[in-house]
Amino acid sequence: MSEIVIPYRVEPHPLTGVTSGKLGIWLFLASEVMLFGAIFSSYVLLRVGAAGVNWPTGVEAGLNVPIGTFNTIVLITSSITMVMSWASLKMGNLGGFKRYMSWTIVLGTAFLVVKGFEYSAKFHHGIFPSTGWPEATDPSMFYALYFTVTGLHGLHVLLGVIANLWLLIWGVRMYQTEPERFTGRIEISGLYWHFVDLVWIFVFPVLYLL
Amino acid sequence: MNEAEAARVKEHVRVYVMVFVALGVLTIVTVAISYLHLPTGWAITVAMVVATVKAGLVAGYFMHLISEEKVILWLLLLCAAFVFSVFAGPLGTETGIGPLWPLPN
Repeated sequence: MSEIVIPYRVEPHPLTGVTSGKLGIWLFLASEVMLFGAIFSSYVLLRVGAAGVNWPTGVEAGLNVPIGTFNTIVLITSSITMVMSWASLKMGNLGGFKRYMSWTIVLGTAFLVVKGFEYSAKFHHGIFPSTGWPEATDPSMFYALYFTVTGLHGLHVLLGVIANLWLLIWGVRMYQTEPERFTGRIEISGLYWHFVDLVWIFVFPVLYLL
Repeated sequence: MNEAEAARVKEHVRVYVMVFVALGVLTIVTVAISYLHLPTGWAITVAMVVATVKAGLVAGYFMHLISEEKVILWLLLLCAAFVFSVFAGPLGTETGIGPLWPLPN
C-alpha cells in the first residue's frame, strides 16, 4: 500500500500562500476563538443579568491579584521564549531552540503549578464551582465561571506543554532530515501557545480585577 | 535555511523583545488602574482597551498576523463576525433594545 502524503507540508499552497499545517492550525484557532467567545459571552450575560451589587469583584471573591499578575508575567515571558525558539531554528541555531523551548515548558509548568496552588487554597476554604456568593440575594455564578474559564484555559496550557515537550524530546529528530518541516511544526505549536497567552490576557482582568 | 530569511528573522528578534517589554508594562498598567477604583463602566472599558492592545501585540507580532497571508486574515474576520453575533444577543438584551433575533422558548 502506498503512503498517503499530505501535500504542501513545507512549500506554501499556490492558492492560499500558506502550508497545509498553518492553514489547519488557524482553522483550529478560529474554532477556539468561538469556544472562548461563547464562554465570555455567557459571562457577560450572567454578570449583567445579575444585580450589580451582588456580583463580587475578584478581590472580594478572594482571588489573589499579585499571584494572578505573576502568572500573567510568566505566560507573557513564555510567549517570547516560544517565538525565540522558532526564531533560533530559522537562524539555524538548534541549541538556541532547545534552550528557549525548555524555558517555555518550564514557564508553562510554573503557570500550572501556581494555578494548582490557587485551586488548592480555594478547595481548602470550601470554595467549589457550585459555591454561591454569600452576599448575593440570588446565588452568584462567579465561582462557577471562575473554575470553568480558568480550568478550560489551564487544560489548554497543559496540552501546549505536552505538545512542546514532545517536540523538544522526540519531534526534534526531524530537524536532522527535514529542518524546514520541523521549523514549520514549531511555528504551528507557537501559534497555539500564543493563542493560549492571548486568552489569558482577557481572563486575568475579567476575573481578577473587575 | 535560507540565509536572507535568517537575516530577516534576526532583525525581528529586537521587535520581539520590544513587544515583550510593552506587554509587561501594560500588565502593570492594567493592575495599577484596578487600584484607582474607577466607576464600573469605566473600569471595564479601560481594562478591555488595554487587554485588546496587548492581544493585538501578541497576535500581530508573536503570531505574525501583521505580515500574514490574506486567507488567514479573511478567516479571522469571518470568525470575528461570528464572535460579534455571540456577544450581540446578550448585550442587546441588557441595553433594552431586545435580542437581535427571536430566541426559541
